[in-house]
Amino acid sequence: MARIGVFVCHCGTNISATVDVKKVAEIAKGFPGVKFTTDYRYMCSEPGQDLIQKMVKEHNLTRIVVAACSPSLHEKTFRTCTQNAGLNPYFFEMANIREQCSWVHDDREEATLKAIDIVKLAAAKVGKNNPLQTTFIPVEKRVLIIGGGISGIQAAIDVAFNGFETVIVEREPSIGGRMAMFDKTFPTLDCAACILTPKMVEVNQSDLIKLYTYSEVEEVSGYVGNFKVKIRRKARLVDENKCNGCGTCWQRCPVRLPSEFDMNLGKRKAIYVPFPQAVPNVPVIDQEHCLYINKKKCGICKKVCPFEAIDYEQKDEVIEEKFGAIIVATGFTMFDHSIYGEYGYGKYKNVTTGLHFERMLNSSGPTGGKIVRPSDGKEAKKVVFIQCVGSRDEARGMPYCSRLCCMYTAKQALLLKEHNPEAEAYVFYIDIRAAGKNYEEFVERVQDEYGATYLRGRVSKIFQRNGRLMVRGCDTLSGTQIEIDADLVVLATALIARPDAIKLAQMLHIPYDQNRLFTEAHPKLAPVETVTTGVFLTGACQSPKDIPDTVATASAASVKACGLLSHEKLPIDPQIARVDVEICSGCLACQEVCPFGAIEKEEIVDRVTQQKRWVAKIAPSLCNGCGACNTACRPGAIDLDGFTEEQIFGQIESLTADKGDER
Amino acid sequence: MMKVAYYPGCSLHSTAREYDISFQLVCRKLGIELQEIPHWVCCGSSPAHVTSHLLSIALPCKNLILAEEMGLDTVVAPCAACFNRLKIAKQEVAEDSKLKKEVEEVLGKPSAGKIEVKHPLQVIIEDVGLKKVEEMARRKLQGLRVASYYGCLLVRPPSVINFDDPEDPQSMDNLVSALGGEALPWAFKTECCGASFSLSETDIVFELSGEILNEALEAGAECILVACPLCQSNLDLRQKGIEKRRGKKFNLPILYFTELLGLALGMSMRQLGLSRHIVNPSKLLERKLAVT
Repeated sequence: MARIGVFVCHCGTNISATVDVKKVAEIAKGFPGVKFTTDYRYMCSEPGQDLIQKMVKEHNLTRIVVAACSPSLHEKTFRTCTQNAGLNPYFFEMANIREQCSWVHDDREEATLKAIDIVKLAAAKVGKNNPLQTTFIPVEKRVLIIGGGISGIQAAIDVAFNGFETVIVEREPSIGGRMAMFDKTFPTLDCAACILTPKMVEVNQSDLIKLYTYSEVEEVSGYVGNFKVKIRRKARLVDENKCNGCGTCWQRCPVRLPSEFDMNLGKRKAIYVPFPQAVPNVPVIDQEHCLYINKKKCGICKKVCPFEAIDYEQKDEVIEEKFGAIIVATGFTMFDHSIYGEYGYGKYKNVTTGLHFERMLNSSGPTGGKIVRPSDGKEAKKVVFIQCVGSRDEARGMPYCSRLCCMYTAKQALLLKEHNPEAEAYVFYIDIRAAGKNYEEFVERVQDEYGATYLRGRVSKIFQRNGRLMVRGCDTLSGTQIEIDADLVVLATALIARPDAIKLAQMLHIPYDQNRLFTEAHPKLAPVETVTTGVFLTGACQSPKDIPDTVATASAASVKACGLLSHEKLPIDPQIARVDVEICSGCLACQEVCPFGAIEKEEIVDRVTQQKRWVAKIAPSLCNGCGACNTACRPGAIDLDGFTEEQIFGQIESLTADKGDER
Repeated sequence: MMKVAYYPGCSLHSTAREYDISFQLVCRKLGIELQEIPHWVCCGSSPAHVTSHLLSIALPCKNLILAEEMGLDTVVAPCAACFNRLKIAKQEVAEDSKLKKEVEEVLGKPSAGKIEVKHPLQVIIEDVGLKKVEEMARRKLQGLRVASYYGCLLVRPPSVINFDDPEDPQSMDNLVSALGGEALPWAFKTECCGASFSLSETDIVFELSGEILNEALEAGAECILVACPLCQSNLDLRQKGIEKRRGKKFNLPILYFTELLGLALGMSMRQLGLSRHIVNPSKLLERKLAVT
């Protein structure tokens, strides 16, 4: 017979203010099997844990119940404490009388009665707990990084520095991401390329980092330590091993197309590298527009290539590799402002976005660093910046603040003035959110030293008059209406999740929020982890982040990934499903409901009939112990260790059997 | 034949008689039977909702109840303000059970939940269809350059009105194109004309309506098409005064879309009441109308 000890926590006044903890401890004395109860101010403190261990010895206790907070906070603490007291760590149950009781009720008397019931349930369960043993799985010592922007680049460098192999899978022909498009960075005005390209080169030269550019992750299976990933390497039509990036092909290609990298402000060829510092410096053929691919004409690139690197017959290739951990660094995309009728529904050529402006500022960009009107290429002298386009707009955009627009708009206003001191910069804003090191000072400087005019208010309308843009808005500080005839309008459009974010989330079994941004395991204490062990987040795929924050999360995610990989074996939770093959009929209804793909069918020889038959088999490393199979199993062959039917029914009986005894 | 309840509102019985006349004629031609709501009352307009919220909801509700009692499922309101108030009242009562109870207490009757509120433009675009209108047109507008002006209430707020685009509406433009006119793109389709300030703060109307006239002219318009009696009156009645202040001739006839449609369907200017306009449209229209 189990000898149960019940320890009731005050949690300061978190619990004791609403629940009469002394009464709970007193009444728990009468529960079946309970040999000792007490209450204490902070059970999780060291004296609290010592108390448990001491009482185990003193009263010869074999099972522990701690009535305190949510198991997601301290279950691990007390399990270890139980183990240290010489018991199996699963001879412990947590009764949550804080989140599920004291915090959500006002009536002390009723809350106390509820807390008593919660403790009663835990005591009924713990008496029926079985000893469980932790098992271990091996670890594949490689990291997959999805996305090759600054986030993925930094993560790869950090993982490689720790001596582990990593693979970056990047969808575009080059790594570098959005940062490669920027001109200078706030608040230091470092040239973005100057600080990014050394890292790109480092990635390219590292023996431990493998680059799969122009590639996409297609399928992910397996589990922490043992992910199996299918990667589609799209046909470049250029042999990466033969090409040395001499550029003869793209110089001679006759097809001119708008360059995506230059936000369609410049041109590229049908065979191209997106930008001069591209890594790898190997071109890709745009199959949609290549004359040879579509009409079997031209073929110039193949003729002129001195290394015979052009291969029109190349096909997509799907490879499968194994990884121990995955870092998701897929970044963001920009909100499409063409839903805003008041800004012209995207029809006015001179209404652009921050990224367009960034390309114009860049001296290696499509305008050679000149700020021009896209409509006629003439110099833009009067520029209106509008912040919060698509951000902080629940009705038509995103409800959140995109966090970096205040800063990059200030930077762009400053750079406009540096490029042309005669130019005028007007910034419409709701609030200035410049919470970062040296950020507020930077915004002040843009206003005071560079003379950018900041107007607190929204723009109600942009329209064209005599070929110029008329920007009509209000300045709520002076209470006046403002009309500015602008050459150029720059919209600070919101940073949003990529359109295919949900597909990736489903592939990785990671949750996402209502804005399709990936969700971290805990917003404060596990900011780069996900609920799927072994999958980590970095950068703007999680929420809008500027470069410093992105780099910080990249390093954090790589530390977490390396931490996993530094183990030879990983422990797995033994609270998982178990199949009784004697009862299993092999219907595999469980397989259909399992969200983790943890159930396979297995052929066995029936003990009685000596015939072969199918039964369900649980993969312990994949099973998360959710219990879906448990309820789906018709013959009742599946039980969940730690939550067995005996335990659950024991709990129900404890509440229903002798109602009204102690009340 | 489609039967709808007709809520003319005060304007169509007074300053906007020609809107009433032309709308009724057009409906007859298009096979829509209008039945005026017996004993209809004021929609409350702006004065009600600046005085009492309950009044501003109860008045339109009274009309909705009367319309529903006629056994019809749609009520049509040509005045943009009436249309707007009827729509808002219906929605607020549907979403707010407390308000619904108050309104029902005041009116002594259960509120109308089923009846649909439509603007004539909606009836013509959605129920009749532009294809049928095009087929029935006996005269084509020979490239008449039209700036369609929707005003502030016809398409807003989008969450209540749920018809056409709130920033760049297209329904009148599509009608103009279907009739052979040239629908001009311009940016002032939904600006405020000054509305009821016409009497109390006339300067504001001079300013706001003046800008609309100016932008329409700059866009190349020969006339402005409207769907609201107050817009029409401000742009037409105040046009002379605006010209004087701005020192610029506009001479832009301000036509109801029902008038233009009536002309295309073969009715005469006299029948349609076009002589009631201040800026005389007859010369322009004679020039631009062709019998097909």
